[in-house]
Amino acid sequence: MTRALPKLTALVAGAALALSACGGTTEEATDGASAPASGGGDVTLTWWHNSNTGEGKDYYDKVAADFEAANPGVTIDVQAMQHEDMVTKLEAAWQSGDVPDIYMERGGGELADKVEAGLVKDLSEAAGETVEKLGGSVNGWTVDGKTYGLPFSMGVVGFWYNTELFEQAGITEAPTTMEDLYAAIDKLKAAGIDPISVGAGDKWPAAHYWYYFALRECSEEVLSDAVTSLDFTDQCFVRAGEDLAELVGKEPFNPGFLTTPAQSGPTSASGLLATRKVAMELAGHWEPGVMQGLTEDEQGLGEATGWFAFPEVEGGEGDQSAALGGGDAWAVPADAPDQAVDFVEYLLSDEIQKGFAELDMGLPTNPTASQYVADPALAKLLEVRDAAGYVQLYFDTAFGTSVGGAMNDEIALAFAGQATAQEIVDATQSAADAEK
Amino acid sequence: MTDATTTRKRAAAAVTTAGEGGRAKRSPSPRSTRSVNWRMGLEIAVFVLPALVLFFMFVVWPMLRAVQFSVYRWKGFGPLTDFVGLRNYISVLTNDVFLGALGHNLFIVVASVAIQLPLGIAVALLLNRKMKFQGLLRTIVFIPYILAEVIAGVVWFQLLQPRYGVIDSILAGLGIQGPAQGFLGTPDLALWTVMVVLTWKYLGFAIILFLAGLQGVPQELDEAAQIDGASWWQTQRYITIPLLGPTLRTWAFLSMVGALQLFDMVWILTGGGPANATTTMATFLINEGTKRSNYGIAGAASVVLFVVALTMALLYQRFILSRDTADSDKRKVRR
Repeated sequence: MTRALPKLTALVAGAALALSACGGTTEEATDGASAPASGGGDVTLTWWHNSNTGEGKDYYDKVAADFEAANPGVTIDVQAMQHEDMVTKLEAAWQSGDVPDIYMERGGGELADKVEAGLVKDLSEAAGETVEKLGGSVNGWTVDGKTYGLPFSMGVVGFWYNTELFEQAGITEAPTTMEDLYAAIDKLKAAGIDPISVGAGDKWPAAHYWYYFALRECSEEVLSDAVTSLDFTDQCFVRAGEDLAELVGKEPFNPGFLTTPAQSGPTSASGLLATRKVAMELAGHWEPGVMQGLTEDEQGLGEATGWFAFPEVEGGEGDQSAALGGGDAWAVPADAPDQAVDFVEYLLSDEIQKGFAELDMGLPTNPTASQYVADPALAKLLEVRDAAGYVQLYFDTAFGTSVGGAMNDEIALAFAGQATAQEIVDATQSAADAEK
Repeated sequence: MTDATTTRKRAAAAVTTAGEGGRAKRSPSPRSTRSVNWRMGLEIAVFVLPALVLFFMFVVWPMLRAVQFSVYRWKGFGPLTDFVGLRNYISVLTNDVFLGALGHNLFIVVASVAIQLPLGIAVALLLNRKMKFQGLLRTIVFIPYILAEVIAGVVWFQLLQPRYGVIDSILAGLGIQGPAQGFLGTPDLALWTVMVVLTWKYLGFAIILFLAGLQGVPQELDEAAQIDGASWWQTQRYITIPLLGPTLRTWAFLSMVGALQLFDMVWILTGGGPANATTTMATFLINEGTKRSNYGIAGAASVVLFVVALTMALLYQRFILSRDTADSDKRKVRR
């Protein structure tokens, strides 16, 4: 319908944008794009996002209105949804082929599948400037050297801990090596505190441990090769499982961890940390927000919130500073009008990312916006992210749900002592072979 | 209003005529029969069509689509192009997790009947005796069944929390220590724990059905037996329970179908875990389909589930329920 913009106009719009983008400021860019768009008929862009409450929602409404004002003829149909609803609706939208013009993309294998089917627009040229500015952050949204999504928020996984309980157990410094972590676990146990909560019932929180051990044991080349070739024969993957078995053998986890959910309710892994029942949990940047939602005073751990990076593994071949993470990107379906790309670039501009950071809506990817993150724990995490050797996208996202699911299932079995290090690799490999 | 009534009467008349007309043409003139038939056909079509359309849209069509998906490799978007024949079926039927899930379903089918049948009969017989608060007790017994499955699941999940949960606290009060990983977190106990919760949830349904069945057992037989000197036990054993047969068999059928399709309670309590100890065919196909986007595999699993359920249902109808229908037919003939 409204997507049927004459091709020529689209080309002109793209060219004008590319030219004006070189000019630098956002205002110029949007002005440049507005002239041909107004001549080529009206366009309505559908935008789905998940900031459906409070300031975040108002902010995005304003962002859309500003863009409309700067681009006469462009109307943005903003649809704010609760996150899970959005994910479900997006899935259905892909099945029916009626996808919004700007949608949230998690990257990795799922994106690669869509790219293979020719369903997602290549942004490497159209938004080249922004791609360059975001630097390594776009890696998770790159397929065969082309970028298909622009991440607007990216976090890394690490240990969130209760500083008061650590103090109570006599732990003075946050662990930096596995040896330190094991010592901390012993001290916590001696003090009668359950050391770690893990939502192994949901599987992915348990899988993050194995991912991190793989990150420490495997070199960056081996990992990036594995993402494309789906070849897991390198022995470092087995060593990752052995490291995991050692950790599980120390019995650091909350009772019943095999069926503990990740985030739902006070008895979930996040809930146990928030209600001071355990000392730490391995989780992503979302954790403070989740914990706030799980406590009556909406403070989560409040002042007692601490964060440290996943410890180093002695003798590992991998980058000991590498981080596991992931995030959300804006992407555009292949058949969407070019103004959608303009809008995505606008969303990642310095100005919009600054507001995004100031409202604590996520961890901005535009380097100029990092300084505006107010929350101290998040700011620390951002430091680690920016200092990390590289950020590896969660394996289950990177390998796609099919291989990732098989991998997570087997890792969860290892947590139950029912799968060996080799079996994790074998299960992953056989799921990967089924994909080839 | 009157029009409608007449039409309905006519329709009823038409049905009888048609029913008899099928066997022997007793109707006065063939032409009028034909016009009545035509009218009846139209009427049936008008009344049934909306339901049929819905039925096709939401039952038949999805089923056909599932069959279609099951022979393709499909990730949930784009056209179906990657035809793989029966490969998805082979991978489902050789998958240890699926076979485990099938085993769990069959365990629950058997255990449900083995546990709930005697318990249900016992409680129904008790509640059938005249006593104080009979109505109240019947209501209490039935409450778990009317609770929403999800709510009941969440409540039990919280009760069964290791260490902090109510059940562990009670056990601790009695000086018994619950399992370290909790009842739901210990692979060897999890399925039994789920079974306990299912029994709690569905026993009320069995009892209500049995109670209804007991109302159909004629009082005279009971009295006659008592006059003949039968004890209460003997009366129940040789008169009441055999007469309750049709109800029991119908209940067992419903219980079997429910057990084969079991999903929600397991999903909430354990999600199929720990270590796949409580997976069912339904959790398997949700996991493969919506979680891993292997819609082909999920399609194949759903077809297998359908075939297993249909086969068991048909066999049950043929060999067990047929007794009841045959009985009633015979009785009719005798009359």
